[in-house]
Amino acid sequence: MNRTLVRLLQAPSIILLLLWMIVPLSMTLYFSTIRYNLLYPEREGFIGLENYRFFWTDAAFFPALMNTLVLVGSVLIITVVLGLAISVLIDRPFRGRGIVRVMLISPFFIMPTVSALVWKNMMMDPTTGLFAAMWNAMGWQPIEWLQDMPLFSIILMVSWQWTPFAILIFMTSLQSQDQEQKEAATLDGAGFWSQFYNLTLPHMARPISIVILIQMIFHLSIFAEIFVTTSGGPGVQSTNLTYLIYIQSQQAFDVGVASAGGVFAIILANIVAIFLIRAVGKTLTV
Amino acid sequence: MKTLKKTALGIALGLSTALVANAGELTIATVNNGHMIEMQKLTPEFEKANPGITVKWVTLDEGTLRSRVTTDITTKGGQFDIMTIGMYEAPIWGSRGWLESLAFSDAYDVDDILPAMRGGLSHDGNLYAAPFYGESSMIMYRKDLLDAAGMTMPDNPTWGHVQDAAAAMTDKDNGVYGICLRGKPGWGDNMAFLSTMANSFGAKWFNDDWTPDLDSPAWNHAVNFYVDLLNNYGPPGSSGNSFNEILALINEGKCGMWIDATIAASFVSDPAQSKVADDIAFAQSPVAVTNRGANWLWAWSLAIPAGTKQKDDAVKFLEWATSKDYIELVAATNGWGSVPTGTRASTYANANFTAAAKFADAELKAIMSANPANSTQDETPYVGVQFAAIPEFQAIGTAVGQQMTAALAGDISVEEALANAQTAADREMKKGGYYK
Amino acid sequence: MTDKQRENLKNRIAVVAAWGVALIFFFPIFWMVLTSFKTEGQAIAVPPLLVFEPTLENYIEIQERTNYVKFAWNSVITSFGGTAVALLIAIPSAYAMAFNPTHRTKDILMWMLSTKMLPAVGVLMPIYFLAQKAGLFDTKLVLVIIYAMVNLPIVMLILFNYFREIPKEILEASRMDGTSTYNEIRQIVMPLAWGGIASTALLSIILCWNEAFWSIVLTTTEASTLTAFVASFQAPEGLFWAKVSAVSTLACAPIVIFGWLAQKQLVQGLTFGAVK
Repeated sequence: MNRTLVRLLQAPSIILLLLWMIVPLSMTLYFSTIRYNLLYPEREGFIGLENYRFFWTDAAFFPALMNTLVLVGSVLIITVVLGLAISVLIDRPFRGRGIVRVMLISPFFIMPTVSALVWKNMMMDPTTGLFAAMWNAMGWQPIEWLQDMPLFSIILMVSWQWTPFAILIFMTSLQSQDQEQKEAATLDGAGFWSQFYNLTLPHMARPISIVILIQMIFHLSIFAEIFVTTSGGPGVQSTNLTYLIYIQSQQAFDVGVASAGGVFAIILANIVAIFLIRAVGKTLTV
Repeated sequence: MKTLKKTALGIALGLSTALVANAGELTIATVNNGHMIEMQKLTPEFEKANPGITVKWVTLDEGTLRSRVTTDITTKGGQFDIMTIGMYEAPIWGSRGWLESLAFSDAYDVDDILPAMRGGLSHDGNLYAAPFYGESSMIMYRKDLLDAAGMTMPDNPTWGHVQDAAAAMTDKDNGVYGICLRGKPGWGDNMAFLSTMANSFGAKWFNDDWTPDLDSPAWNHAVNFYVDLLNNYGPPGSSGNSFNEILALINEGKCGMWIDATIAASFVSDPAQSKVADDIAFAQSPVAVTNRGANWLWAWSLAIPAGTKQKDDAVKFLEWATSKDYIELVAATNGWGSVPTGTRASTYANANFTAAAKFADAELKAIMSANPANSTQDETPYVGVQFAAIPEFQAIGTAVGQQMTAALAGDISVEEALANAQTAADREMKKGGYYK
Repeated sequence: MTDKQRENLKNRIAVVAAWGVALIFFFPIFWMVLTSFKTEGQAIAVPPLLVFEPTLENYIEIQERTNYVKFAWNSVITSFGGTAVALLIAIPSAYAMAFNPTHRTKDILMWMLSTKMLPAVGVLMPIYFLAQKAGLFDTKLVLVIIYAMVNLPIVMLILFNYFREIPKEILEASRMDGTSTYNEIRQIVMPLAWGGIASTALLSIILCWNEAFWSIVLTTTEASTLTAFVASFQAPEGLFWAKVSAVSTLACAPIVIFGWLAQKQLVQGLTFGAVK
């Protein structure tokens, strides 16, 4: 295939995404440097980095940054490990595999707000929830999930929702693994772990890095789960960067500060992305 | 600068199609509470009486609705002909000139609307929203449990008495907690309740010079009382509880007392959803050092965005939905126990209503005693009982609410929480330009 | 125990484990569906009820209050439309990148992903103004455009992954025969990567289906999707867990059924072992 054709095929996606990025991004950058509160239309004018300073000096800023990173990191580890284990488990045909597959993917079908409502009120509530009933039946004191471990509870909910995403990608990729190679390894006496480590894992390197990169983007901006369950509390224990931006954008209606917060979010996402690409990105083009 | 903003937008697209709503078609944004759902169901009656007008509904939960209509009105989006707003928005938006000032025909009898409601929805003497249903807050308690403990509840209890009653009713071995109160952070969640409690302890949100007053002894006293009360006699996980979570607890017989919106009275005394429907009694919100601002005031109201092309039709709908006739229509359809309350004196004067709703007296008394213009012991520059009607309040209330939750969960001391809250509020007020 | 027996036992344990994990994952959804057949009073019972007299009252009320079919139809149009547009743009691009990678390919992919890094709530005003100026409020078109653009980077990346798994030898063989690029994509790449395309499409459709920010901000009555339908039942003043369970069951039913129908496609096609 000649290079012109290659470029031609790539052009539409690149041009469209470039537009999609540049127009809102430049508007966001512009808004972030002006005084712009929806509730004070008469106040305007260039104020330099004032919006950035305001967002940055929020006492919740650094805790929120840390929470964001912990949230992204933990969910990534949980979903990739679980996703890999489960997709290997269901790789071989067995009775009812179709049903098992759909059941495993189904948490991904639930809207985040609904999943948060179900988890908060029907599962985790320390009095009326199902977990409380189970704990009571065992004679234990029910756990006050959202009060005592708010961030962990949210990690749990998000992992429940996103492990299916990893499963979906991994199980499709596993199908293309060379079965003859595996059979040969079995004949050579290679055990399950040795096969997994030497054959499956290398084969899955690219899908794993893709799952990590895509999930990272989504988990950096987790919102519904926090909004519905803890509203970022107690204190700022479950507040992430997106939640801080939400407060400025939808409660203070300060577009200027919210835009500055958005720029911080982009910077953070890029830093995280650089680290992740260092770690896993090189497998992309292999 | 503004023109630059506009030009930039214009150039960015090179397009500017104005949005024109269809004539004779009203788009109404509303909150998904029960009374509004009923209004939606009765809309055909309005359409029958007003041929040529059709009504389309956008029903959303409170949080989503608020973001949605605020974005629309501030950007002149023009997507709605009528918006459902609260007592917080009405005076702010009215003062900005974003809402049509309302004038009604004689038949509407605007003087029948409770004065507290009219006051809270007005700015500079102009009414900007018509109350559809209103509420205050009061105590709902389990008379059976209190009787068993050998105690009574006066009509106007003190916080000290409430504490004693909570202690007497608490029976943790059987999963009964003396008192349930809101804990989930949010200006409309825990802070709505905590503001009223703080008011009665003599506290206020802002001083005369608009500096926040959260580091005052009165706030400290009130929040300490709240935290101790819930830790000793409250249910587990209070920091995640708001209206519906507590409603579930009380309906299951897990709470001795609950102080919340008067609208809850109709739910807790409904045998279809409450196991303790017959045992619930009502009293006024507790008082510490002053009875000013001890109970909140809120009204879900209908307002018309300024400059709407369908003002006449919108006014017709507004008059219909907030009229005496509408209340009678609901009564005829679903019975007097289901009518929207808290708006008109005539409703409470109706013997059919007072017979059907055993909470009627307590609710009216609570609403009549609330005064948004004078809700704190000391003079304040702001209007509002459980909020301050200034644009900064939502963000402040949410940040402060988070700190209160941290104190409730025992992660930090009440003193630390209030100091953090003061800092957060101070930042927003400075940004708002109230002082340097 | 012989090796064969041991192997059998292992297999059986694996099957039991797979079912166990699947049941755990599915349980909250099962519970939600179960709750949708309870009354509001039953839904808050302590301890939670497993056995009760089911009622259809929640579904009946939903039927009375809203036009489910309209919301569902809008969801179908916008999520399938957005996905189709994204696939149409992405398939040729991903194909070109996967089979002719340069040293910049990785950077381009990463850059594409970076266009998703701005959180929606931070970019609300720009998009809102653009939609307003373009007169696209409350149209399905605006959602299709947004969904296509929002999902394009993800679709690109996943397709790229699956295309890369196709052995180059197959393509080279066909090129020797002088197949055109169009036919190469249509007759060789697409069938071979069918499972991958299907799962990419499914993922994209789910993401659009559950998108709850733009679909609520930019629509009022004509184009609102099932997320607005759910929002109209969520968190009112008063108990709502049974009703919201029913609403949510209705909201995800079409996509679950679609997923069920699609799941066979998901793992077809990507079996190159024999070709190699």
